[in-house]
Amino acid sequence: MAAKTKFEIKLGAATREAFGRVLVELGRENKDIVVCDADLSKSTMTVYFAKEFPERFVSLGIAEANMTAVGAGLALADKIPFVSSFSAFAMNKGFEQLRVCAAYPFVNLKVVGTHSGISIGEDGPSQMSIEEIGLACSLPGFVVISPADEAATKALVRAAAAHVGPVFIRTGRPKAPTVYGGDQRFEIGKAIEVAAGRDVTIIANGLLVAQALLAADVLEGEGISARVVDMHTAKPLDRETIARAAAETRAIVVAEEHLVDGGLGVRVAQVVAETRPCAMEFVGIRNTYAESGQPDELMDKYGLVARDVAAAARRVVGRKS
Amino acid sequence: MPKSIEELKITAKRIRREIIEMIGAAKSGHPGGSLSAVEIVVELYFNRLRIDPKNPKWVDRDRFILSKGHAAPVLYAAMAEAGYADTPLDQLNTLRKLGSVYQGHPDMRFIPSLEASTGSLGEGLSLALGMGIAARLDGRASRTYAMMGDGEVQEGQIWEAAMAGAFHKLDNVVAIVDYNRIQLDGFVHDIMEVAPLAEKWRAFGWHTIEIDGHDFAAIEKAFDEAEATKGKPTCIVAHTIKGKGVSFMENNPKFHGTAPTADEVKLALQELQ
Repeated sequence: MAAKTKFEIKLGAATREAFGRVLVELGRENKDIVVCDADLSKSTMTVYFAKEFPERFVSLGIAEANMTAVGAGLALADKIPFVSSFSAFAMNKGFEQLRVCAAYPFVNLKVVGTHSGISIGEDGPSQMSIEEIGLACSLPGFVVISPADEAATKALVRAAAAHVGPVFIRTGRPKAPTVYGGDQRFEIGKAIEVAAGRDVTIIANGLLVAQALLAADVLEGEGISARVVDMHTAKPLDRETIARAAAETRAIVVAEEHLVDGGLGVRVAQVVAETRPCAMEFVGIRNTYAESGQPDELMDKYGLVARDVAAAARRVVGRKS
Repeated sequence: MPKSIEELKITAKRIRREIIEMIGAAKSGHPGGSLSAVEIVVELYFNRLRIDPKNPKWVDRDRFILSKGHAAPVLYAAMAEAGYADTPLDQLNTLRKLGSVYQGHPDMRFIPSLEASTGSLGEGLSLALGMGIAARLDGRASRTYAMMGDGEVQEGQIWEAAMAGAFHKLDNVVAIVDYNRIQLDGFVHDIMEVAPLAEKWRAFGWHTIEIDGHDFAAIEKAFDEAEATKGKPTCIVAHTIKGKGVSFMENNPKFHGTAPTADEVKLALQELQ
């Protein structure tokens, strides 16, 4: 449990960069790691793997449906394939193949989406994936992960490689604020309490973990003690941590760079409803697509910064019964 | 031991009878496309594939993917006849019934010896490419065969896979198109023309062979030629007859996805004596 020292934004590597780097380490350790990419390796950062292991890097062109199923075929022949593209394409163009070639036969396929959320910035909504947590979590048997920073990404990509079964990992384009020190351990399905608190719990993933920590500091100054939980695994959910937060703080905010519809928040709300119902608020994108702009401007405009998380926390504390 | 064509013909006839009985008992299913594929599937399971049904996960085995998964009955009958432990011969007539291993479309959860779960058209060739890449990386001689329907090649993913197979020079992969000219809604040329099919595969960079898909000698020769072809994958465009072997089912779109009645089962089995 982290002590309540003031959180400062220190940018680490982008989570896609961390993915690309750890993939090379995995490639050195295990000759069964194979990587497929659809003409975006310089952006998904699988280019590092391609340079070191050209024979195990499979270029499949701009054809994500085929790539996803080729990955499944590799897995059926005992390889550990990582297929990668922007989340918008990996999930949407390959969804049918994720369903029939990976989820239904429970194939050991790893899918890593980069450029997730609206923080990709200038490229705009066609490239911004804001639906994929909902889509991925709808697939039976899938593990779905949204890491907060560089250390989390490296550890959770490793965990995904070791896990037997299909996994989707959501990574982002911009440099990510450092949340974790070097000694943090990560386990699929086990949430991490990154700040202790009594009055409200903020459950977040991805870039919103850092925003939640900033919000907790602001709230602390107002006499509101906010717990912050990094729910890096959206599926399977850490039900115990959610139920405990509901029981102990009686107020929950869920914050994510994703549509509220079908996102982490509604999944957490289901667990709260099934365990210890309490007041909840949701920070996310509401029934709209974003636009071009700088990442920081977009996160601000679409309500995904510490200010919005803190406001949701104040509202939910005000609603506590 | 290679089988004689006479032996293969006997097996093919038995499998045709089993297909009719299974689908008749299930009262639903796809007889036409199962019957059109019989000779090719029989050649694969009884004369071609390096497989050991007693050791289905043998790492160096050849693999067959029935991408046109609705033709499951022909695959089930062949695997049952080949002696896989998870495809019992005496349960073929439980096809499509609750709890049966013989699901409506091939399902690895019920039959682990299957190489893939199929049924959503357009995907099996991509799976085969992945298996072919894996075999090449491991230096295994194993070959992968994927059978598609002619209607199935209307799926865009097939052509993504066609590009990728040739680009990666996967000479250990064989695509087979069961070109029976009929799909669910009618004749292929009325629904969405796929011709000229062989020319398309050639243009995509595949060594392409056109054969009569009911002629065992031609099938064997084509598979031999595929095996001898290096540096590119092979596509076998197999001209077949939908419903082959049962006079009233042949070239009849009705029997793409309609089970025969009890009377029709009787008639069909008489023809297949």
